[in-house]
Amino acid sequence: MDYRNTLTTCTYCGCGCNLFLESLDGKLTHTTPCKTSPVNEGKLCIKGWNVHQFVQSEKRLNKPLLRKDGKLTEVSWDEALDFTVSKLKEIKEANGSDSVGFFASAKVTNEENYLMQKFARAAIGTNSVDHCARL
Amino acid sequence: MAGLAASFGSGAMTNAMGELETTDAIFIIGSNTATTHPLVATRIFRAIEKGAKLIVADPRKNQIAGFADLYIRHKPGTDVALLNGMMKVIMEKGLADEKFIAQNTEEFDAFKQGIDNFTVEEASEICSVSVKDIEALAKMYGEADRASIVYCMGITQHTNGVNNVKSLANLSMLTGNIGKIGTGVNPLRGQNNVQGACDMGGLPNVYTGYQPVTLGAANKKFAQAWGVDQLPTNIGLTIPEMFAGIENDEVKALWVMGENPVVSDPDADHVKKVLKKVELLIVQDIFLTPTAKLADVVLPGVSFAEKDGTFANTERRVMRVRKAIDPVGDSRQDWEIIQEISNRFGFEMNYDSPEDIFNEIASLTPSYGGISYERLEGVGLQWPCPTREHPGTPFLHKDGKFTRGKGLFHAITYNPPAEVIDDEYPFWMTTGRVYAHYHTGTMTRNSKSLDFEIPEGFLEINPVDAQNLDICDGHQIKMASRRGEIVTKIMITDRVDPGVVFMPFHFEETNVNKLTNPAYDPIAKIPELKVCAVKLEKA
Repeated sequence: MDYRNTLTTCTYCGCGCNLFLESLDGKLTHTTPCKTSPVNEGKLCIKGWNVHQFVQSEKRLNKPLLRKDGKLTEVSWDEALDFTVSKLKEIKEANGSDSVGFFASAKVTNEENYLMQKFARAAIGTNSVDHCARL
Repeated sequence: MAGLAASFGSGAMTNAMGELETTDAIFIIGSNTATTHPLVATRIFRAIEKGAKLIVADPRKNQIAGFADLYIRHKPGTDVALLNGMMKVIMEKGLADEKFIAQNTEEFDAFKQGIDNFTVEEASEICSVSVKDIEALAKMYGEADRASIVYCMGITQHTNGVNNVKSLANLSMLTGNIGKIGTGVNPLRGQNNVQGACDMGGLPNVYTGYQPVTLGAANKKFAQAWGVDQLPTNIGLTIPEMFAGIENDEVKALWVMGENPVVSDPDADHVKKVLKKVELLIVQDIFLTPTAKLADVVLPGVSFAEKDGTFANTERRVMRVRKAIDPVGDSRQDWEIIQEISNRFGFEMNYDSPEDIFNEIASLTPSYGGISYERLEGVGLQWPCPTREHPGTPFLHKDGKFTRGKGLFHAITYNPPAEVIDDEYPFWMTTGRVYAHYHTGTMTRNSKSLDFEIPEGFLEINPVDAQNLDICDGHQIKMASRRGEIVTKIMITDRVDPGVVFMPFHFEETNVNKLTNPAYDPIAKIPELKVCAVKLEKA
């Protein structure tokens, strides 16, 4: 039996409550609030108490998909990444750097947002990076 | 954020969440706090227990309004008129903090002139709020020793959004309620890491820590750090501008990471059309969202429970995210997906962990300069935190020393929303969230307990309007705007006034954003999701 209790930060609203994700043999089972957090001081809202529930949903994407003959089809990572990169190169060469746009995200981590804007600015050469702060 | 940056020099919540407990009056405007930020609401409830006055102004009587000492129901999109009316009273009653204004602010005279030319009676007429209520509002906020303003998307999602925010900044400076504990102007950020995405340069005009892309020094610094000869100096496109770019064949490829614009953005049918048109649509997400369904390639990333990293919350607190379980199926860490694409593209990245990336961020970002994973153990750190010894910054603009030097007053005049009601579209429609769901519902609607609480969308309508339309609670209604129509269940409630309807936007089956107005604020480029004109018909 592999029981774990991992302290992390909620993924829903901007409060940023600290909580423990409980897992048993790699499966999330419960969420409990962190009592020593200065943000939520041992409390959670209904969304927070249930935040583990969507993570291992059957509907999660677990393979890359590529549109073939109009349909999204499961493919290997290699095929998905090769397609993505060759199309990005082709479009950049034909239409210039500003023909590529990026939606960063208010849902992913700081590190991931940083990397996306770095790729956009340094590799593609565009400042067209935005996210849904406005929504 | 553009409004606060112009007034104070820094676009973020000025004070910490916990300080709400130490204040004497809390003024909530355009925030459904108990539903959207429950743990901020907890602080407000505690403040009430300690004797603080609660004032709520909102076109919809939301849950927290039920606890208010004074609730003001103004018409959608009339915030500037309400605030100007309120400031007129504050000045007339001698409640302005003249010493603070003289020492710490500029352009007060121009602002004062604007207020002098406006009357409380005009405000009352525009907002449909009595003069007596506007006076009570002004006194309750103005007479408090320490008063705190809390706002959210009900203020910003307007074509006058920046003016609304500047008016709130005016109000705080007028009464000296800024730069002290328990005061301030506090925008609640709707998404867990919207603050972080902004901090990290997920914006078309800035690198990390709001360092402008157009400025020689920052541009050079980043070019050197990233090992390239040069970086673009022109400001990039915002989301609505990228959509327009696709329509005029200027934008050909779009990479969408963890966003669902088909459900979240205004005029959904138009968004769909645009995303179908773009030559290459890359979507990186954890579910096959309505946006992912339109993609050419879908890259499965992982949820917060499967990754290490950091989020920055609404009070600028940087906190750790820790991996609890392995990635689901064949999904991959989002940072690894970007790194792999970058390497194959020919721009080398070789980070070995999120911590490795974070150290690079800290080295290039003054406000994050003193933060490290090691220091984030425990309670996290609130930026600015420039050095390893710096304890972080709970509240900004201390003792009236604004980030921009002096606080800047703006003379703001009232403008009506972009779309107003008429004979054909006679109802005001506004949108928002419900307690059990979050944003486009991608996560919460896949959560059994939350889906059970509220499984479908509904339209809130006043009993008087329901009677006139001859429709019962729970029945279907057809709602249309100039942009689209939906059929939805109704809920009869006096939370909304006659002539105003409200609908949550979490539900793709009854996607209210087919109806909303994409007209946006000229500065912040935030669309007017909170007001449009609709017509209703029995379905």
